[in-house]
Amino acid sequence: MTTATLSPTMPSKAALFEAQAVKAGARRNRLLSLPALLIIGIFGVLPLLIICVYSFLAAAPYGGVQWRFSTDAYLNFLFQRDIFDDTLQFTPDFLIIYLRSFLFAVVTTIICLLLGFPTAYFMATRPPAQRNWWVLLITIPFWSNLLVRTLAIMFIIRDEGLINNALLGLGVIDKPITMLYTNFAIQLGLLYAFLPFMVLPLYSSLEKLDFRLIEAAYDLYATRRQVLWRVIIPLSKPGIIAGCLLVFIPALGAYVTPLILGGGVHLMIGDLIAQQFGSGRNWPLGCAQALILMAAVLVALFFYVRNTSGKVQHG
Amino acid sequence: MGIALKKRVAAPQLPSRPAYGDNQTGTHLPPRAGSLNGVIVPEQPGKNAIEVRGVRKVFGTGENQVAALDTVSVSIRENEFFTLLGPSGCGKTTLLRLIAGFDFPSAGEIMLHGQDIAPLPPFKRPVNTVFQSYALFPHMTVAQNIGFGLEMLGKPKGEIEARVAQMLKLVKMEALKARRTSQISGGQQQRVALARALAPQPKVLLLDEPLSALDYKLRKEMQIELKRLQHETGITFIFVTHDQEEALTMSDRIAVMSAGKILQVGTPRDIYDRPAERFVADFIGETNFLAGTVVSKKPGVATVKFDSNATVAAGYPEGFDPTGEVTLVVRPEHADLVPDPAKGTIAGTLSNIVYFGTDTHYHVRLDGGENFIVRHQNSRSSPVTYETGAEVGIQFEEGAARVLKD
Amino acid sequence: MAEPRSIDIKEQPGFRSIAVICLLVLYVPVLILMIFSLNSGSLVTHWEGVTLGWYGSALRNEEFHNAARNTLIISISATIISTVCATLAAIGMTRVKPWRGLAAAFMVINLPLMVPEIITAVATLSFFALIAGTFGLNFGIGNLILAHTVFCIPFAYMPIRARLEDMDLTLEYAAADLYATPWKAFKRITLPLLVPGIMSGAALAFIVSFDDFTITQLVAGPGQTTLPLYIWNQIRRPMTPEINAISTILLLVSILFVSVSFLIARRRAK
Repeated sequence: MTTATLSPTMPSKAALFEAQAVKAGARRNRLLSLPALLIIGIFGVLPLLIICVYSFLAAAPYGGVQWRFSTDAYLNFLFQRDIFDDTLQFTPDFLIIYLRSFLFAVVTTIICLLLGFPTAYFMATRPPAQRNWWVLLITIPFWSNLLVRTLAIMFIIRDEGLINNALLGLGVIDKPITMLYTNFAIQLGLLYAFLPFMVLPLYSSLEKLDFRLIEAAYDLYATRRQVLWRVIIPLSKPGIIAGCLLVFIPALGAYVTPLILGGGVHLMIGDLIAQQFGSGRNWPLGCAQALILMAAVLVALFFYVRNTSGKVQHG
Repeated sequence: MGIALKKRVAAPQLPSRPAYGDNQTGTHLPPRAGSLNGVIVPEQPGKNAIEVRGVRKVFGTGENQVAALDTVSVSIRENEFFTLLGPSGCGKTTLLRLIAGFDFPSAGEIMLHGQDIAPLPPFKRPVNTVFQSYALFPHMTVAQNIGFGLEMLGKPKGEIEARVAQMLKLVKMEALKARRTSQISGGQQQRVALARALAPQPKVLLLDEPLSALDYKLRKEMQIELKRLQHETGITFIFVTHDQEEALTMSDRIAVMSAGKILQVGTPRDIYDRPAERFVADFIGETNFLAGTVVSKKPGVATVKFDSNATVAAGYPEGFDPTGEVTLVVRPEHADLVPDPAKGTIAGTLSNIVYFGTDTHYHVRLDGGENFIVRHQNSRSSPVTYETGAEVGIQFEEGAARVLKD
Repeated sequence: MAEPRSIDIKEQPGFRSIAVICLLVLYVPVLILMIFSLNSGSLVTHWEGVTLGWYGSALRNEEFHNAARNTLIISISATIISTVCATLAAIGMTRVKPWRGLAAAFMVINLPLMVPEIITAVATLSFFALIAGTFGLNFGIGNLILAHTVFCIPFAYMPIRARLEDMDLTLEYAAADLYATPWKAFKRITLPLLVPGIMSGAALAFIVSFDDFTITQLVAGPGQTTLPLYIWNQIRRPMTPEINAISTILLLVSILFVSVSFLIARRRAK
């Protein structure tokens, strides 16, 4: 046997080679990631920074901005300047729209969870071959054109739509029930739009559920209901949180649904923001409104991250 | 069979720049004298195929540093079936990966026929690996898998085909050459993995627990098959396993490893009959440990006295000077029971008799309180039968007792 | 005397009905919309008979042609650019030794998924207005291609990354062991095995670009009408089943690409 001739603190040629290879690898990987990061950085992140700046500028009369610092956009969110005496008056119009959107999003999330959880659980307990079909059937609406799907809802609930025609035909009612362009229409549209967003993350969490745990619970005298509440639901918590987030965030910022089903009468945040860039011609206000929405989304994401990182600690 | 890698070289070649990792642009070292497509060709075939010199491998940084290999040195001879044996986490796979080039030593050298290959990327080492998971390319056929190495070496098409055909024959897989690797059984995948690694005629073949995924019967078959392949190809095999029986039956020499160190290197008989340390004795086979005191010694043999005042002559490892309290090791089959306690070297009470078919294990509680197992081969005419609870003596065969280093 | 009923322990009462109801709720409105595309009457809600005429009139419609052409130019360009970028990024970011900035890079890639579409839409609009105003830069339909590429990248990235994570790292070790240089190992082993992930990613990128309404509506300049924008314009006029026909075409394209992506992913799982 040869004894070691090298002092252990002296890095070997191989160690130097490895260090160089690691460095070269990091350089290469950075380079590979660069195109994607540049595109998103320039055309995705930079625009967000621009609206941050815009929100502190003054509005130009025909859309766009004037390069003059102003906090009007944020003041206008809650107050309106009186034309005559220049005092600020509290006007909660925007705040109401935000609160209403929040309420829509919360109700959507809850109902989607109530419908989505049993569906996802049912899917996860099917034999594998059937399961694939169920997943495909839920995946298709997930990726289908939201505008078209919203249109489909509109056709059904219009005054001369399928529901009213059927009820009239049956003689249940004698004049059509107005459903389109109501809060009900928006709520229905949101549910319809985002239900698949709840089912899929729930399913992927329930699919991994170890069903021997359920057997163990029954073995330990749990009833069906207890098994559901004490075993299944706690174990699928990550999926529930992910699903709620995936429904809540897009529902809060929904644009297409209230646009088509609310008919410009019942606004949500999304339409409000878009209006400032269209007929409202107040870009800074629109930017401020967008940033306030973004802040709400970040709060939701923060809770998500806190919840999931807590999960990691549990193991 | 010697077609390819046997060009003689003037001097050891190192790559002009360590290009692993950023070589993705396709820059490829031009073949030079002494390299074939950048794969180095060793100079003078010496006696040792691989020499590992003072190799350390540290993973992690700062406080999380773990030494997977702690200054290991070992020489592996040409045409040898060499086994690295040890429990999981002992560093045997790390050592194999260092030789293959998937990891690089933190210190030390790995010499292949006298040239340091430690700073070379794997694709420049004339060393091939059979992976534990086989790692067959799923998008290629059996034949394409086997030909892959030769193709990467830039061999002409005709030569590749001939060699692939030869390898298919060697591992008896001719009939399945057009199959996808997912369409063949585990044992067949194993053969393809072997053929693929042997096809480029490496100087050294590394085998990382290649039989662990096979069932018992197939494993036994492949053990014989591996020995045959090694014999037929004349390639040095470095075999990693945690299975002591596999190591004993297949190897020319074994290195027993534990906690990042090589404890003992020797032939299977050396390792089994003359273990140097407690770990080696304990890890391989069943063993009895006895405490005693050295009373006198002459070269190679010490006289050890037990508490019962009986003495026994025991060999001890080379380069070790036994004094005072020592531990002795006696294999169960190197001892025998005698009905008269006074006639044995040591004595005790039979506490349990376990019948194993081919042999019987007698568990004896010694007068000093330790347990001692005697293995007795069963035959038609066992002269004496023993009963649990009987007082018995234990006789050691000549040279059965060995002093351990620790 | 009741026989001991064998119970399926996984079963929960009522869950089956809810699942079926969900499926009906998701599909019935869309199916009705599709069926009415075959309505021979000119009302979108009153059934008269079967015809394929509305598809014919849609396909002969000049505006529809333009919208379809724009949509395809944008979607295909965005799909190609985003899939290439996402593939490179996934290779540089998956199964690698962590490099400085990797965590931040991961966040950047996923950012478009976290920002509500309407915010992305107005931000992109502001951005292009700014560079048009300041530098006089206007890429025409390129504006839309770039905007789409941004949100297509994370969708393309996800399946490619998943595929890479599933891939057995020892295959690349084996290739290197068999004298393949890193580039050859990538070309011969990694890339062929990555193809299903790339296809799946490209299919998803195509769908999200093809279907996008919100961002397109705000960013699109004159003459840059895409199919979803065309439908939106039609809604605000008296409607004929032609709009059902066009909607059906859009849905069928989505279904086709989802199914392709889904089937590729399933085959991988097996």
